[in-house]
Amino acid sequence: MSNNKKQIVKDKSNFQLRMITEVEVMKKVFSDPILLGAIVTVLTIVTMFIVFPLVNILKESFIYEDKFSIHHYSEIYRLSYNKDIILNTLKLGVTVSLLSTVVGFIFAYASAYVKIKFKKILNGIAILPIISPPFVIGLSAILLFGRMGIITRGIFGMKNAEIYGFHGLVLVQVLTFFPVAFLVLVGLLEQIDPSVEEASRDLGASRWKVFSTITLPLMAPGIANAALLVFIQSVADFGNPMVIGGNYTTMAVQIYMQGIGSLNMSGATALAIILLLVSVSAFITQKFYLGKKSYVTVTGKVSRRRELISEKKVVTPLSITVILVSIFVGMMYILIPIGSFIKLWGVNYSLTLDHYKYVFGLGFKPIFDTLKLAMIATPITGILSMVIAFLVIRRKFLGRAYIDFVTMLSIAIPGTVVGLGYVITYNKPPLVLTGTGIILIIAFVMRSMPVGIRSGMASLQQIDPSIEEAASALGASSKKVFTSITIPMIKPALFSGLVYAFARSMTLVSTIIFLVSAKYNLLTVATMSQIDQGRIGVASVYSTLLIIIVGSMIALMRFALSKMGVSQEDIKL
Amino acid sequence: MKKGISIKNLTKVFVINQKNKVVAVDDVTLEVKPGEFVTLLGPSGCGKTTLLRMIAGFETLTAGDIYIGEENIGAQTPDKRDTAMVFQNYALFPHMNVFDNIAYGLKIRKLPKTEIKQRVQKILDLMKMNDFAHRVPAQMSGGQQQRVSLARALVMEPGVLLFDEPLSNLDAKLRIHMRDEIRKIQKEVGITSIYVTHDQSEAMGLSDKIVIMKDGVIQQIGTPREIYQKPINAFVAGFIGKTNVVEGKIMSTNNSNYEVDIQGITHMVKSDNKLSVGDKVSMMLRPESIIVEGEQYDGIVTKSMFMGENHEYEVKWNDQILQISESNPFGRDIYEIGDTMKIGFDEKALHIL
Repeated sequence: MSNNKKQIVKDKSNFQLRMITEVEVMKKVFSDPILLGAIVTVLTIVTMFIVFPLVNILKESFIYEDKFSIHHYSEIYRLSYNKDIILNTLKLGVTVSLLSTVVGFIFAYASAYVKIKFKKILNGIAILPIISPPFVIGLSAILLFGRMGIITRGIFGMKNAEIYGFHGLVLVQVLTFFPVAFLVLVGLLEQIDPSVEEASRDLGASRWKVFSTITLPLMAPGIANAALLVFIQSVADFGNPMVIGGNYTTMAVQIYMQGIGSLNMSGATALAIILLLVSVSAFITQKFYLGKKSYVTVTGKVSRRRELISEKKVVTPLSITVILVSIFVGMMYILIPIGSFIKLWGVNYSLTLDHYKYVFGLGFKPIFDTLKLAMIATPITGILSMVIAFLVIRRKFLGRAYIDFVTMLSIAIPGTVVGLGYVITYNKPPLVLTGTGIILIIAFVMRSMPVGIRSGMASLQQIDPSIEEAASALGASSKKVFTSITIPMIKPALFSGLVYAFARSMTLVSTIIFLVSAKYNLLTVATMSQIDQGRIGVASVYSTLLIIIVGSMIALMRFALSKMGVSQEDIKL
Repeated sequence: MKKGISIKNLTKVFVINQKNKVVAVDDVTLEVKPGEFVTLLGPSGCGKTTLLRMIAGFETLTAGDIYIGEENIGAQTPDKRDTAMVFQNYALFPHMNVFDNIAYGLKIRKLPKTEIKQRVQKILDLMKMNDFAHRVPAQMSGGQQQRVSLARALVMEPGVLLFDEPLSNLDAKLRIHMRDEIRKIQKEVGITSIYVTHDQSEAMGLSDKIVIMKDGVIQQIGTPREIYQKPINAFVAGFIGKTNVVEGKIMSTNNSNYEVDIQGITHMVKSDNKLSVGDKVSMMLRPESIIVEGEQYDGIVTKSMFMGENHEYEVKWNDQILQISESNPFGRDIYEIGDTMKIGFDEKALHIL
């Protein structure tokens, strides 16, 4: 360093030095038009379609008769009905999150620690609800336990069986969301170094003592983590409460009812803000408080494979539990295609193709529309996710932390809130998008992108940046580095992002129910209205086709990818 | 309580699938006296860790018996055995501080609180770790963590202390320091110890007795000196330290004294092997036992490398390359590649394999 420069470093305060650095960084960005273009585009998209709609909801919630007012909030407080809805949502969220975590933990422990037969099949069944369309379980629950259900009416002869309401909702949500807890917990259990537990055993602890003094305490942050994740999903869930909630209304449903049903958008905004606060604060607790508390990462790398527990007194009860739950889940999936061939469930069990005839005739439009829009949204999501992941991890620029934070937080934003925000924001000039296919595509992209970004970031973090630096030292432009080095290296993340984006778009309900129109009706919304009208047969056909489309698309992509040399294990969902 | 270990015809077979199985420990018989420090040494996959884990109770026995003291423990679960283990990756409980980590086993035994406190305190004093008592593992270096791991095992006052490559995750300097410390404390406490390592210098420095293993079979049991100077076969000779193998022919015998001809020069070699005149023999010769400027043979230098405490050469001699290590090469020019070197053999160091 020359004397002159030394003097500068001495004279300036730390703040001034930081500003100098920022300016230098900006100069670098401005000298690279493609990078600059990408940054501006991403900033615009994130602001317009994530931040702006939320800001509008917040604004709207404080306006009553064109003036600033807390009227909408005091209305919620005044009407005991609305208060009940908030309590309902929280009660459901807490119950489901506790039960799901228990079931998920049992599955995870059985999978990671115990010698059980057919483990792969059981694990597969356990994660089915994650990749399958909503209402599959809700619909099956109706077929099994509804007024005309084969178990309630058929076996027990109950005339007034009530699946609709709190209990039915808990059952359906637990079955839908316990896989979330399972996946989180199994990952953590597998990261516990077996030698820690061996050390405990070696020092005289029985199996039970090892579990209660070592395994469980080590997992405590992870368990809380899983419970919070399920809680977030439960309170944000729209499809199940809509289909099976009956009189037990939750906030997500009420936002829709008030906004679309009673055309009282501003009334819905206050509720939306409260729902948003609930799920975002749960998310922040999970991310920033628990995220740092993990003991599991402290135990270091797993030194050897775990000796699976083979003692009968452990294996037998766990096996029975896991197998029973799996059979139950499996049964719910088999029931849907069966239901699609039944004339009138509960009344006339004769076989028919009438429902299929209807769907492939009058009812085909939603299938076509959904496929078309999802096909457009999928590649956009894939590329956008990888670009954002790359920018956030590998480039320095003003607004990086903003993009990182907003896209992460958007994982926790309930779909109904986003839907409401889009309706309020894009139904008037300057930008009228409601009723178009474009807003649906945007919704698809925005709802699946955050997960894609996270998986892209995770895989980028594992790749040494010096590989990209080497390319640019050899003369590659920033676009060339991205396309010739980065993308090939994070190919698995990109492709699993594509599969996820497609499945997610095909099965999205909460956001798009605000946005569908006569011009574009989507499969999930159509299914839901069929259930609503009691046309279980047609709903079953739609669900069956949805399962087939998503399933075969996943299979097709896996096949195509294995031809391209991406290994099966890299394509996770 | 010092206890001996007696291992009889111990075998462990891992069945991988219908067709493949691995015999990890193959008919091993071993006696360890009370208070003795025995090292199991061998390349990775030789079965040393499996043997240790069988003693601890983490692997079931396929055949054979293990006695600790008078008791046959083969069928006992790990928590019932009078052993304590120090793990390669420390295996400290991350959710407990140092004190609670060390006290864990005593609490499991349901000892009175005051006694637990007293015993943990004694160990903390012994290991000079009082300042760390309230730290959690994540706040400590690898070396400190391994000391806690050792303390946690010692506090149990077990009949047998087991070490599973405890130093392999530490850096070189710390490894030597910890090695000396382990030896010192083991001597002080006088506990029977079995130590697994693949590092021969660790084994040499620590052990009363070294057990060399290969492919699940014990090759040789002996003191470090015996193992180094009188290896039973080429594998042991090669595994412990660098070695040269030279060929020769027996010219005459006189009890256990043999005259051996190596490339036309006769050397006197002692051996317990039964050999007769005319037998061809392979002999081990350590690099430091070859004398530079020994005036017996000529060789051409093919490698010359100054290592600080010694100078290493490779010398082409007849059809083979000899490794030579000369310590303290002061006051003489070193040999460069291509130079001719006069060398001689230290007869006492020749060991017939």
